[in-house]
Amino acid sequence: MNSQFLIGYSPRKTFLHRLNGSTKLIGFVALSLIGMITYDTRFLAGIFLFSGILFYFSKISYQEIALVLKVIMAFAALNLIMVYVFAPGYGMTIYGTQHMLWGSPQHYFNLSWEEVFYIFNLFLKYTFAVPLALIFLLTTNPSEFAASLNRIGIPYRTSYAVEIALRYIPSVQRDYRTISLAQQARGYEISKKAKLRTRIIGSAQIILPLIFTSLDRIEVVSQAMELRRFGHNKKRTWYLAQPFALRDFLALATIAVIVIWGVVLFKINGGRFWNPFK
Amino acid sequence: MIKPIISFKDFSFQYEAQAEATLKHINLDIYPGEKVLVAGASGSGKSTLGRCLNGLIPQAYPGKFSGSCTVNGKPITESSIFDLSFDVGTVLQDPDSQFVGLTVVEDLAFSLENDCWSQAKMRQATQKWAARLQLKPLLQHAPQEISGGQKQRVAMAGVLIDESKILLFDEPLASLDPASGAASIQLIDQLTTSEELTVILIEHRIEEVLRGKIDRLVVLQDGQIVANGQPEEILRASLLQQLGLREPLYLNALKKSGVSLQSCTEIADVKHITAPQAKEKLEQWMTGTQLKQPVPKKEELLKIKNLTFSYAKDKPVINNLSLTIHKGEMVSLVGRNGTGKSTLSNLITGFLTPQQGTLTFSGKELEALSVKERAEQIGYILQNPNQMISKTTVFDEVASGLRLRGITAEIEDKTNAVLKVCGLYEMRHWPISALSFGQKKRVTIAAVLVLEPQMLILDEPTAGQDLQHYTEIMTFLENLNRKQQLTIILITHDCHLMLEYTERTIVLAGGRVIKDAAPAQILTDEEVIQRAALAKTSLFELADRFRLPSATEFVAKFIQAERKERADEQSISNRI
Amino acid sequence: MSHKQNDSIQTVVATGIGAAIIFVLMKFVAIPTGIPNTQINVAEGFLPLLGAIYGPVAAGLAILIGHTLNDFVTYGSPWWTWVITDALIGVAFGATKNRLKIQAGALSTAKLIWFNLYQVVVNFIGWVLLAPTGDILVYHEPAKKVFFQGVTTWIVNSLSVAVIGTILLVLYSRTRTKKGSLKKER
Repeated sequence: MNSQFLIGYSPRKTFLHRLNGSTKLIGFVALSLIGMITYDTRFLAGIFLFSGILFYFSKISYQEIALVLKVIMAFAALNLIMVYVFAPGYGMTIYGTQHMLWGSPQHYFNLSWEEVFYIFNLFLKYTFAVPLALIFLLTTNPSEFAASLNRIGIPYRTSYAVEIALRYIPSVQRDYRTISLAQQARGYEISKKAKLRTRIIGSAQIILPLIFTSLDRIEVVSQAMELRRFGHNKKRTWYLAQPFALRDFLALATIAVIVIWGVVLFKINGGRFWNPFK
Repeated sequence: MIKPIISFKDFSFQYEAQAEATLKHINLDIYPGEKVLVAGASGSGKSTLGRCLNGLIPQAYPGKFSGSCTVNGKPITESSIFDLSFDVGTVLQDPDSQFVGLTVVEDLAFSLENDCWSQAKMRQATQKWAARLQLKPLLQHAPQEISGGQKQRVAMAGVLIDESKILLFDEPLASLDPASGAASIQLIDQLTTSEELTVILIEHRIEEVLRGKIDRLVVLQDGQIVANGQPEEILRASLLQQLGLREPLYLNALKKSGVSLQSCTEIADVKHITAPQAKEKLEQWMTGTQLKQPVPKKEELLKIKNLTFSYAKDKPVINNLSLTIHKGEMVSLVGRNGTGKSTLSNLITGFLTPQQGTLTFSGKELEALSVKERAEQIGYILQNPNQMISKTTVFDEVASGLRLRGITAEIEDKTNAVLKVCGLYEMRHWPISALSFGQKKRVTIAAVLVLEPQMLILDEPTAGQDLQHYTEIMTFLENLNRKQQLTIILITHDCHLMLEYTERTIVLAGGRVIKDAAPAQILTDEEVIQRAALAKTSLFELADRFRLPSATEFVAKFIQAERKERADEQSISNRI
Repeated sequence: MSHKQNDSIQTVVATGIGAAIIFVLMKFVAIPTGIPNTQINVAEGFLPLLGAIYGPVAAGLAILIGHTLNDFVTYGSPWWTWVITDALIGVAFGATKNRLKIQAGALSTAKLIWFNLYQVVVNFIGWVLLAPTGDILVYHEPAKKVFFQGVTTWIVNSLSVAVIGTILLVLYSRTRTKKGSLKKER
């Protein structure tokens, strides 16, 4: 019953599933980086569309991601409202023009086309990477993950730490459930019923046994790994590592083209912003 | 002449932080192909001995040593853990910690990955060992999807894949149910022969291990070897009992009926044991012992009616279950993992809400009570005391339940009273980290008792404990049950515990009660044993071996005699 | 544990299991403060203990991995500026290892006061200086908004560390006390 704790990998037969984990990792990181830096709306919308199409091909069902989508929408909405409330005229400052929709620039609260456009850009920036992240998460076998990290140059010890994290999350989660129930029976409270102070101290008392028993585990697991010769050689091989295939090179080339295009746009726009108001 | 593969010569070892040596002047030779059981109470040095073999001593646990210890010709003081790992494969006590891969097949390949093998070679090796240990259907499974016994098989395959010829097991039975334990022992037997292994088993549950073939039994006490020889000789001399270890139950029974162990042949194998006039003497003893009818307890305490619960639709974990527990009973609740034992206790304590059915506790509906309120009536104690302790001193831990309920008056008095009952009063200001496992267990029980519940539910109270600690915990619980009229439910796999301490056993399977009877009846019912992953008691097999008229009656009478002896011993020690 | 080999393996395992603990705490143990969208972050309170025991590498990487995984499954995509800030704070907490010497026994009040001053400063640098600057550079969000968020996070996280972090450090260090001269009292 606990195995479904993450939105996680589901094996299917699409070209995205067949792609090497490293390729998808590089793709995700490269596209998020360029998308984070640029403010060219056309480019962002382009990536968004591109990742949306990929998402369609990954055959991920809506149910798998429904919850995440709701959280993302709530998160984006909250942030965008805050951005507006704190600086309603920021769009005009950035784009240097004033096309008013409502109110005048002299009032604190006003609305301009520039502001709407700026917020739309922000919205794209918050969300464009989500389809890519979900594709990465749902089409990559977690077992291949550590091997992929190692391949793109992360030291194997660090890569294996990620594997251990994935391995022990279900165990820690199960322990947490057991411990927290037993502690709540004894009277420790973390729900809204209790005062904030009680809640904070209560939570420390509840997680204390969880943390101490998990720390004990670190020693045993390290010994088990050492007895099986982990960490002796300068490198290690991976049972589930995939070799690069032609499709991976094609995918990497596509990614490179997109990234270079994004960089070229900085030159053309004379900066990170594309300004349609001038 | 064959040379020993492992050789200790006047070997002593003292941990850096300890004042005294843990191993003292050990002389021990183990030959290729031998299967050796190293037994002893906790603290006897048996785990330390194991750590010498795989190099954790002196690499990970530094200390002072004298004498010599060589493994496959390599002196351990000059070899690294890495070097020794090619000679000795270690299967740790907790298979969950040893399982570091995300799936079975990755875990099998773990050491090969570290040795930089190619994928093709790894695939070959994992296929080969998965086939030998019957793991093929499980290769893609995650550790949380397989059972304890299966995890242990993965651990075995994961070290056998190195083709090392010495296999070291640290308490292989501690985390398994009896049926999986028996299967493991059988598998180890088979591998020893087919792979020409030398096997060292560190374990205090001697009876279970002796169900397999053991060439040599080595008993440690206070860091010294006090017995070293064929198990038959040691059993015949009744050395185990003198050394404070648990003697196989069937030998106890033979002794009780006046059979001299010295006269037995094939003493290590209950199915073939013979002794002059054993049958006659056993039968005599049986007719000479009257079975007392237990006084049935009538006052209903917990009444469960038509309880149903499921996590997923149409897959009920608890299926229309009805059950009554009476005041003052000491009951064992048994069943395979995943049959709903924990779910049932979670429903009783209110951690889960049933979809159907009612729970009544001393006449009142439980439904209306919150988790916290129920805890004042029904105390629930986890298997691992470390998972329950969140204060640093004994007094604070025990008092916390009262403090959290805003009770300020009489905290001191109430807490001290409970501490006295639990034998912890003298240690009330000690840091909990200084306590032994058994003492910690008592702290968690005291912390629940302080709320004055009428019933306790304990999950595997004695798991992994040696005889002395086991007896300490169980005597304490038995006293609570008798003197305080506390009702106790024990969730357990331990057949000894069921037999020796409880008067009623409830067997769950498929979310229902499949049998509810005296433990002697349960443990002589082959169908129930199989469905609940229990193991036949050796008493049953003894009765079978000598064709005694009724195995159930024999077991019941034996247990009755044992309990009487225990009660007498206690009243004597109380008088002193 | 004195030899080098084991230390490096322990760092790997502490990173992995530390990340697993952080993930579970972030995902399941959030205490509402009453201010909308602001929660007491229990994971943040665990970080100093992990750092004090296993040092900067383990603490920094553990929160990096734990926070990234949590962002992935909760928000679909990591919010990198905050993830990196968190990792740097983890490194800073790990730097206390040699000063606190938690394995040596109970922490003195002086050490605890020093630690708390240190953590407030570290959180200030992280949440009021680094993270908002990152948000301005990367997302070009208005300064007022990101500094408001930064200051709130600074206060909440410092509070989490002051209460939960201190409790964990104190209790853990007490379990390291030598058994020594315990006497039974009548």
